[in-house]
Parts: sequence; structure tokens; C-alpha cells
Amino acid sequence: MSATLRILKAGPGASVQDKGRRGFLRFGVTPAGPMDSGAFIAALLAAGDAKGAAIEASLGGLELAAEGGEIGLAIAGGAFDVRLDERALPPACAFKLVPGARLTVRAGPAGAFVYLAPFGRFDLPLVLGSCATHARSGLGGLEGRMLRAGDAIKIVDPRPAPVEPMAILAPWLGERPAKSRVMLGPQQDYFSPEAIETFLSARWRLSERSDRMAYRLEGPILQHMKGHDIVSDGVAFGAIQTPGDGAPLVLMADRQPTGGYPKIANVIGADLSALAQTRPGDFVGFESVSWEEAVAARRARELAIGAGVTLEPLLRKEFSPEFLLARNLIGGVVDGRET
Amino acid sequence: MAYQRLRAARMTPAPYDFPRYLDAGEAALSVEFGNSVDPEINARVLTLDAALREAKLAGVEELVPTYRSLMIHYEPLTISRADLVKALESLALQGASAFAPKARWHVPCCYDPALAEDIVAAARILEISPERLGASHASGQYRAYMYGFAPGWCYLGGLPESLALPRRASPRGATPPGAVLIGGGLSLISANPMPTGWYVIGRTPERMFALEREPPLLIEPGDAVCFEPIDHETFFALEARAARGEVVASREALP
Repeated sequence: MSATLRILKAGPGASVQDKGRRGFLRFGVTPAGPMDSGAFIAALLAAGDAKGAAIEASLGGLELAAEGGEIGLAIAGGAFDVRLDERALPPACAFKLVPGARLTVRAGPAGAFVYLAPFGRFDLPLVLGSCATHARSGLGGLEGRMLRAGDAIKIVDPRPAPVEPMAILAPWLGERPAKSRVMLGPQQDYFSPEAIETFLSARWRLSERSDRMAYRLEGPILQHMKGHDIVSDGVAFGAIQTPGDGAPLVLMADRQPTGGYPKIANVIGADLSALAQTRPGDFVGFESVSWEEAVAARRARELAIGAGVTLEPLLRKEFSPEFLLARNLIGGVVDGRET
Repeated sequence: MAYQRLRAARMTPAPYDFPRYLDAGEAALSVEFGNSVDPEINARVLTLDAALREAKLAGVEELVPTYRSLMIHYEPLTISRADLVKALESLALQGASAFAPKARWHVPCCYDPALAEDIVAAARILEISPERLGASHASGQYRAYMYGFAPGWCYLGGLPESLALPRRASPRGATPPGAVLIGGGLSLISANPMPTGWYVIGRTPERMFALEREPPLLIEPGDAVCFEPIDHETFFALEARAARGEVVASREALP
């Protein structure tokens, strides 16, 4: 009999995601997919299927149990508070959830999204080739909606999971540059040089009215030179559009495929993960880079991800410098919590 | 105000002499042919879209045609921006011929005010009768300019000038399924119910987006579209057939 993952509690913002629904953008279908693709792939790699799916949870938290058999899980993302029954686990780790045990994931000191990938496969239908949830159009995941308490997802094709919890070491996890790098455009000519300067020098506060669709930025008003209405054109992940009120929006995983406001800049691919992990109330800044710099950052990240993740036992007698360094990179939350 | 903007946009309908290559980050390039909603500008977008789909360049991931630009989502670690632009320019040189749609869709549409919720209100603004509005809409020869907003929402150029009216100042409630709309000088066939600033002037029993049907989406950007008026009874009969998975619009292949 196969095991079932039961959602005991789900705060707002929990959904099933895979890498996204590709190939249907030209028909108005949003790809969806993870907000933080770096943490997402870290969880998938640790669980042994780079092409798989994960549950994305947000600040609302999540509680899970296994029914009918044990389920291996890999978790990675922001510095969330992760507990297996009473035992505190590092925010990036792999472990077995046995029937009767309860996994509790709560917002921790930093980060806005966390991913839970099964050692196995969610038994969910593919919708246009993907099980990514896009709740706004009712596609994917579990019945096209966000997860809620009582939901159950069957795990098929299980893979062996670590007997004892293991820490996931992924050097790219938790990287948090001081500023998000952007490429200006495609409509920077709708803004005066002063407005562009303001955009790049301001400290922007992430609004509470932010979600998977858009991160709303609070700060100075960006004046348009040629009006705030353009003929709709395509929109990429990380596009920063400024509607008539002059308050910029960063368009995220659940963005619409096209939009009708001028886009002053686009966050580069390598910095989307860190931006996604920003919490409402946190501040962000932007720095303009060239295409070549953006691609160099993208290549460095691809190389790091290509090298994969390492699983390390939590109980160690010797700590290698690499091990300690990697722990610092994931926020130092692990210290003092080992049992 | 929207109407004035529309007018202003229509004052510069000419395509640029050369397309503009605008970066949307390092992994998307917007090839812009003009700055207005115009059939000639859109034809250039669709010509490049067709040529690029044919060319199947490694690293080109998704193509999103819009009114006046083609968004190319690409993997810059596979194809550089410079090589992509080079390829686009050689395709543009080859594909100078006029855009020709591959298919024409005949879409059944009911203009009965009982189903076309806003046809009376729209007709009042246009100072014509609802019957005249329906007949005039059905006489148009349309082209699928682009999809946007939500899955299966297909924006159409070719609305008769006499039916151009501004979008609403504030959105109406959720559209009925299969709503056919006008607004801002364009027409639109919608899929799932959503609030909108446009006017529902007809309904089609066809489903623009139906996951359980193969194919789930029917009309390609660039296809020609025309509407065939149907009465209330026919609408419900066709809607029942569409619900069983049948395609009730018809596709005519064009030479």
C-alpha cells in the first residue's frame, strides 16, 4: 500500500509546484512554478528527482503527517523553523516522516518560501504537462487550488530516504545580495533620467499586499514621462512595472503573460530567488547591470546547481571547514539546535 | 480617457523602419515593431513568430506574440543575445512577404440580449440599436492578435470602426462563460469568468480553453476569425455538444 501525505494545517500560500507549465504562454497560460527556483531545485536534488514537484509553503506555515507508510521528505528554502515532533531540524534537511509523527514548518528568522519535496512522486494529474498550481486560473496542483487542512496527496514510486535526518548542503541556498541586480528596460524610456536614478538609489519596502503574482514596492513615486499606459506587451519573471500611481510592482511566478504598464527594469534570473525570499516589511534596493554581467551571474548559479547538493549527517564528531562554511551560508540557524 | 489614449495610439499606426530589440532581463527579448494597435504592425509580429517557430532555434523557449511586439523567452546560456538578434535579422530578410493566416475559424455567437448581457448598454453608448450592433459585429473580419489576461482569452483585431467604444471606467462583474466582448476598439473571445472593463455583446457556445478536450486551445495567434450569428435555442444546443467535448466552431484551412 502506498503512503499518503496528509496536510494537518496549512497557512495561506501553500501549493504544489513543479518547474512550471511551459509552452502555453502564447495562449495566455501563466507558467506558475516556484517563487524561489534555487531552493526548489535544492529540495528536488536532495530528494533524488530534479524534474519532480514539491509543496511550496510560505509564512503561514504547514503541518504534515504520513499515513499508510513512511514518506521521505527533503526541505529547503528560507530559514524556517522545522520540527519533527519536538525535535528541531535544520531549515534545509532530508528525513523520514513515519506514521504518527508530525512535521511542523513555521516562519523562522528569515525567508518567505520553503519547499518540501517527496522521496517519490505526488500522484497528481498533469495539466498541460505540469502539476504547478496557478490558483487564479484554477490549474494544476490539487484541484487547481492552494492546499488546505485535510488535503491528502498519495506518494507513488517511493525512493529510499535517509534513516536519520541529514542536513542539505547547497552553497547557493540563502545567498542574499545587498541589492537585486536588474537590467533596465524594456520601457525605461518612459521614465526621466531622474526617475531611473530614484529607482536605483531608493530603499524600497516590500508591501504586505504582495503575493505570488506581484511584489509591491513602497517608496518614492516614479514619474512617467510619456504616460502610464502602453500597448500591452510580453512580461518576464521579475519585470518591474509601474502603474499610474507610480508605485512599482515586481511581477513574480503567477504573473500574467502580458501587461499594459511601462516596465522600468527586470530583475536578473540569478537574483530572483533572493528577492522572492524577501518578506513584507523588509527593504530591497536595485542595481543596474549589463546583459553580460547578468549572464555571468546566471552561469555561475547554473554551475553551482549543476554540482548538486550534499547530504551530511546532523551528528558529527569532526566539522570540516566546508561544512561549517555551508552552514553559515544557510543562516546559522542550525547552531545549538542539534539534538 | 481610455478612448483618448486609444485615439492617440491610432495617430501613429505606422510600423517602425527597423524593429527595436528590447531586453526584458537576460532571458527575454521583446522585438517591437511599433507602438500602437495596428494590423500592419501586428502582421510583422506574426510573420516573425511564424518564421521563428519554423526555425526551431536551440535556446528559444517560448514565443508570445502581442499587438505590436514578439516576446522571445530564451536561454542565454544556449544562445547569446547577439546570435539571437543575428538569427532574427536573417529571418526578417527572408520573410518579407505579407502575413497570411493559416486558418479561418467560424465561431458561432449569440447576440440575443438575454445572453449578451451588455449589448443594450453598449448599443446605447454607440447610439445604435442592439440588433445593428450584433449584425455589425458579425460582419467583421477578425484576426487573432494575441492571447493575454487569462488562459484562452483571445484578443481580436478587425472590429468595425463604428463599434469602437472606450473601456468602462470601472470593471463589471465576472463575465459569463464564452463571453464575446468589445472594448477599446478591439473584440475579444473570453474563456473562464473574470471581471472586465469590456462589454459582453455576445456569447459563443465554443470553449476557448477546455483541458479535457484535445486540443485544449483552438485558435492560434494570427488565425482569421469570423462570427456566425445563432439564436438562443441554437446556442443551448451547441453548448450541450461543446460540454460533451465537441468542437462547435469550425476551422477552415486557408491556402
